[in-house]
Amino acid sequence: MIRALFLIEKGVVLEMKSRALKDNLSGYAFISPFIIGFTAFTVVPMLISLYLSFTNYDLFTTPTWIGLANYKEMLFGDEKFWKSLSVTFYYVLAGVPLRLMFALFVAMLLNQNRKGIGIYRVLFYLPSIIGGSVAVAIMWRNIFGNEGVINALLFFMGIDKKILWYQDPTSALWTLILLAVWQFGSSMLIFLAGLKNIPPTYYEAASVDGASAVHKFFKITLPLLSPIIFFNLVMQTISAFMTFTPAYIISKGEGGPLDGTLLYPLYLFQKAFNFFQMGYASAMAWVMLIIVGLTTLILFKTSSLWVYYESKED
Amino acid sequence: MGLLRVEGGLIDMETYKQPTNNVIEPNIKPTIEKKRTKIKPKKILFHVITSIIAIIMLYPVIWLIMSSFKESSSIFVTAHSLIPDKFIWTNYADGWKGIAGQSFGTFIKNSLTIVGLSTIGAVVSSALIAYGFARIQFKGKSFWFACMMVTMMLPHEVLMIPQYIIFAKIGWINSFKPIIVPQFFGHAFFIFLIVQFIRTIPVELDEAARIDGCGRFSIFFRIILPLITPALATSAIFSFYWKWEDLINPVLYLNKAELYPVSLALKLFLDTESASNWGAMFAMSVVSLVPVILIFFLFQKYIVEGISTSGLK
Repeated sequence: MIRALFLIEKGVVLEMKSRALKDNLSGYAFISPFIIGFTAFTVVPMLISLYLSFTNYDLFTTPTWIGLANYKEMLFGDEKFWKSLSVTFYYVLAGVPLRLMFALFVAMLLNQNRKGIGIYRVLFYLPSIIGGSVAVAIMWRNIFGNEGVINALLFFMGIDKKILWYQDPTSALWTLILLAVWQFGSSMLIFLAGLKNIPPTYYEAASVDGASAVHKFFKITLPLLSPIIFFNLVMQTISAFMTFTPAYIISKGEGGPLDGTLLYPLYLFQKAFNFFQMGYASAMAWVMLIIVGLTTLILFKTSSLWVYYESKED
Repeated sequence: MGLLRVEGGLIDMETYKQPTNNVIEPNIKPTIEKKRTKIKPKKILFHVITSIIAIIMLYPVIWLIMSSFKESSSIFVTAHSLIPDKFIWTNYADGWKGIAGQSFGTFIKNSLTIVGLSTIGAVVSSALIAYGFARIQFKGKSFWFACMMVTMMLPHEVLMIPQYIIFAKIGWINSFKPIIVPQFFGHAFFIFLIVQFIRTIPVELDEAARIDGCGRFSIFFRIILPLITPALATSAIFSFYWKWEDLINPVLYLNKAELYPVSLALKLFLDTESASNWGAMFAMSVVSLVPVILIFFLFQKYIVEGISTSGLK
């Protein structure tokens, strides 16, 4: 009897083992495309890139090992590198907060039960969908042109002084920032989903206690929305660091005037594919990876100071 | 099997609504009624503010569309007025003739080839991978999942140069392969989106099918696949958008005008703008936006779902 039980148990164990084995096999079968792709298009390229960053390589001759020379040149010898870095930080630090503030403002405006909300939501979101395209970059270049619609409208309103947007480095960069802010729609949608999750009873209770709208915003909306603000902040910051197409189209690949719109990815692109300094550009790519990584890390570290998670309190 | 399908249909509808439908409805209704009777000026103010924002935001797009119907020479002279004196279609005829000896139709055909194949590849592979991550317990799963999440945050610039070198070495320059082939190995954003979606489907369905003798693959094809179509649609739409507007990969890999997709063709228009054929360039810009806007209005629901649940852009 006991022997029989033991056999059955052994059978169950064996079956479980074979099922675990089967699961392992089928699990890897299903994710095998990812593992192959990850190895071929991410891991191997990254290793190659790391190696190249210590070499001098022009794509045609064999790479020569030069140690840390690329990194040294970047940090101490290349003024354009520092210029593009400061332009990029200006772009990120001005563009991301403005975009998020605007997105939050409009999301709060739309978080009501009124007729026509759906239409507004769609209209506000449309620029996000088309914003990355070449067509929109061309459009942006032309509305801020010397004879463009912005100056024409300013003239129409009685301001008789043409702003030469693309003659001045700062104003040229601001057209790129405005283009980013213009695409606030996706962040707005995420905020809107978050706002809908805040129970209306909180606001009602606050109203009963005589809280003002400003009070409600700072004491209820902001804390409860902070995880979503944080999520948006991280995603938008990372993607802002990687902006390429608008700068490439609007400055016609030059990053001008006076390198005013030379965003980091554009400078990297120029180094790699205009000057064929593949080694130097690879080193730049790694510096960028470190910068983006550090920024994300700082955001995560500081998040405990201002991001409020409801479950902790309960 | 028949029963399962009926059940599946029900679950499909329920799970689809789940992620965003957390509004507590009973609390909202009374406040609406109160507002309707009391505060009217607030309502007007709301519509005024939102309409102004909407007009400012959409003005550039409307200006682009209207300008494409103006004569090239008058676009910037009459930049302040929106409506053309006379609607003309010649810009579209001009633009369609194309550039560098290629008709614009060729560029659209190229774009559709790239976008179509990439999208099929990305969605099919991502669905398979997502099923593996969401439903099967295997050794090393969390490790690979973490790898996948990291690739979402990885700047494309780091991979751009070595990938270019690899594809150049194996002779893929001037073909669509460097742009399309990597898509067949799954896309991290889509995998993540579909994993989240599969997790809302009850595991009992899988178990029931397993007892009926289904293997992993038939569970995936017969049970899971029909239920995750909304997530697949969202992925397909975003894949379409990203590949349609993609500029950097075509710039890198395609050097012959007959291979150019729409995005690169527009850049070519811009580069040769000394001809000052603004009208044609604007007209083709509008043409390039038509499919994007059309899909946007047709499949809005999926797009909104995709953004609000995973932060896709």
